[in-house]
Amino acid sequence: MAQSSFTERNLRILFPLPAIIFVALLMIFPVLYTLFLSFTNWNLTSGAPFSFVGFKSYARVLAEPRFLHALSRTFAFTFFAVVIEGFLGVAIAIILNRAFVGKSVAKLMLLLPLVATPVAVGIVFNLFYDPTIGLANFMLQSVGLPQGLWISSSATVIPSLILVDVWQWTPMITLIVLAGLAGLSEEPVEAARVDGASEWQILRYVTIPMVMPVILTAVILRLIDALKTFDIIFAMTGGGPGYASETLNILGFKYSFEYFRMGQSSVILVVLFLVVFACSLGIMKLRAASET
Amino acid sequence: MRKILVFMLGALTSLCVSMGAMAQVKEIRVLLANHPYGDLLKSAIPEFENATGIRVNVESLQESQLTTKLTTEFATNSSSVDVFMTRPLQEGKMFYKNGWYEPLMTYDFSDYPKNVMSVSTFGQKSYIVPLVTEWQVLYYRKDVFKEAGIKVPTNFTELEAAAKKLNSDSLAGIASRGKGAAAVTQASSYIYNFGGLYLDKGVAVFNSKPAIDALRFYGKLLGNYGPKGVTSMSWENIMPLFQAGKVAMWTDASVFYGQIIDPAKTQVSAENVGIANFPAGPKMNSPFIVTSWGIAVAKQSKNKDLAMRFLEWATSKELAAKGMLANITMARSSVWEDPAILAKVNPGLVETRAYAAKFGNPLDRPYMSAVGEARDLIGELIIESINTRGASANLEKMAKEKVAKVNEILEDTGEYGK
Repeated sequence: MAQSSFTERNLRILFPLPAIIFVALLMIFPVLYTLFLSFTNWNLTSGAPFSFVGFKSYARVLAEPRFLHALSRTFAFTFFAVVIEGFLGVAIAIILNRAFVGKSVAKLMLLLPLVATPVAVGIVFNLFYDPTIGLANFMLQSVGLPQGLWISSSATVIPSLILVDVWQWTPMITLIVLAGLAGLSEEPVEAARVDGASEWQILRYVTIPMVMPVILTAVILRLIDALKTFDIIFAMTGGGPGYASETLNILGFKYSFEYFRMGQSSVILVVLFLVVFACSLGIMKLRAASET
Repeated sequence: MRKILVFMLGALTSLCVSMGAMAQVKEIRVLLANHPYGDLLKSAIPEFENATGIRVNVESLQESQLTTKLTTEFATNSSSVDVFMTRPLQEGKMFYKNGWYEPLMTYDFSDYPKNVMSVSTFGQKSYIVPLVTEWQVLYYRKDVFKEAGIKVPTNFTELEAAAKKLNSDSLAGIASRGKGAAAVTQASSYIYNFGGLYLDKGVAVFNSKPAIDALRFYGKLLGNYGPKGVTSMSWENIMPLFQAGKVAMWTDASVFYGQIIDPAKTQVSAENVGIANFPAGPKMNSPFIVTSWGIAVAKQSKNKDLAMRFLEWATSKELAAKGMLANITMARSSVWEDPAILAKVNPGLVETRAYAAKFGNPLDRPYMSAVGEARDLIGELIIESINTRGASANLEKMAKEKVAKVNEILEDTGEYGK
């Protein structure tokens, strides 16, 4: 026993150690390094080595109107996308939660957008939205509606992108909520029915409150992802027309790989990190409240 | 347990031995662009490997991803790249300033035109071997012109008249890039022909009267007669429209000619596609003719001798001749003087190149290290002008602001006035 006493005594630390090292190297280090860079003036176009400038990069980026627009655009995109996905996702889950012919086929169809590669989705939707040869305008025209410019106009680009996000990610919410619904016990519903509650009342006052923690979990996951959306926007518009669909993540990418202002790009990413962190914390609080 | 250990030890030893053997193999890593010449090189590399015994590990990337990858690897000092394709006008100055190019002291540059070499040389040394040149041309639909009974425009007045006449619900009179930064290169010839410039001796001057007039003209043309949604279009959006027969005229780089007459890719038959000199402006006719791609050796390379051998081969006259036959417009002068090659190259390309080589401007964008940012700023003006069909009341004011910003960037990077 003696030789293994060290292991025995430190099992609590030893077993999770590989995971801790992994997290530290691959998650915490990049975040700290980005934070470090955000206090420098590292700029590859100057060709000079970087130096510490304190909060100078912060002051410069935060005062930039383009940054403020990107920030509000990120919030708008996320808010509308997640709200629509939340309502649609829950509604579809409730419809799918009863037995009907073809239910498994319907579930399978729901999975399809989820497994599609975002960049491929972007390319297909680009063709779909093309104002001249795209299917979207063709469909509108064939039913006699006026044609749109979709992602080619700064007025409609964000709603068009939200539509793609909704198409791809609503099924995720549906699937999570479906799993939650399947795990609920039937008794409260039966009890309500015996008490004479209508279907709507059962849904509104029994089922939804019971499944609320699951809905909020799905929403947190979607929220974090939507705030960080990059692939679809980058593949479809690259932030354009002009800067009309530039979110924080796209702006951060442009600052680092098109402008090569690494220090200032880090500022944008630190802000994005804080935004995601604060939003997740808020929803987690909400979730805790809904459970009690 | 012991057996497993012995097995693993054995496996490890044999791995080490085989890795040692691999180290004996002469190997280089080459990064190419997804460009017709990159593809040609890739398919010819086995010949080089067989002839020299050097193993070439090739990676092909889309142009902006290539820049991103090279920048990341070089900036973090972690690169194992030996040779790479590079865009002199887009990244040349920045890569040079950061010391990422190896000077090419032994290379024979005598076969390259002087204006082409001007963007490959910094100080006394040359760092990039030019591969491909491209110049701005006017593509047009011969059948549409014939039907309308008009001739191919040779100046901006005729260009506008033709665009107006040919424009209809099912056909855009004219197309050219409208997507902000991407449009900057294509608007350059318009600006030159009005007598303006982006930068003059290291100072931003695109708020001059001729430059503003040119931007207004560009916006008026595309806003009135361009395809729908042109402000989000680069060449990759316009080409399919042209191929689908939805565009009557298109001003863009000569490099796309091969693709728009390729019967596998287009619905418009090759005999209906015309190529002509870029039309003259009120001041002159000086379309851009630029070195769009070059190739260089990485300063960080640990196999510089092998890398140089690859570079010499990849830029050889033989391969340049092969490129010409595949409709790739190579930078070497001699291939444009060889009658045997010219007999097989499309005459439209030969003629338009002869004109651009004589009268053209070797830059198609603000030539500076922070070119990406400057292009975005100028792109804002182009979008504003297109959205207002050239009539924006704000354009002068906006241009003044953007010029100030570009000058500020030039000062930041130590390039102002140089």
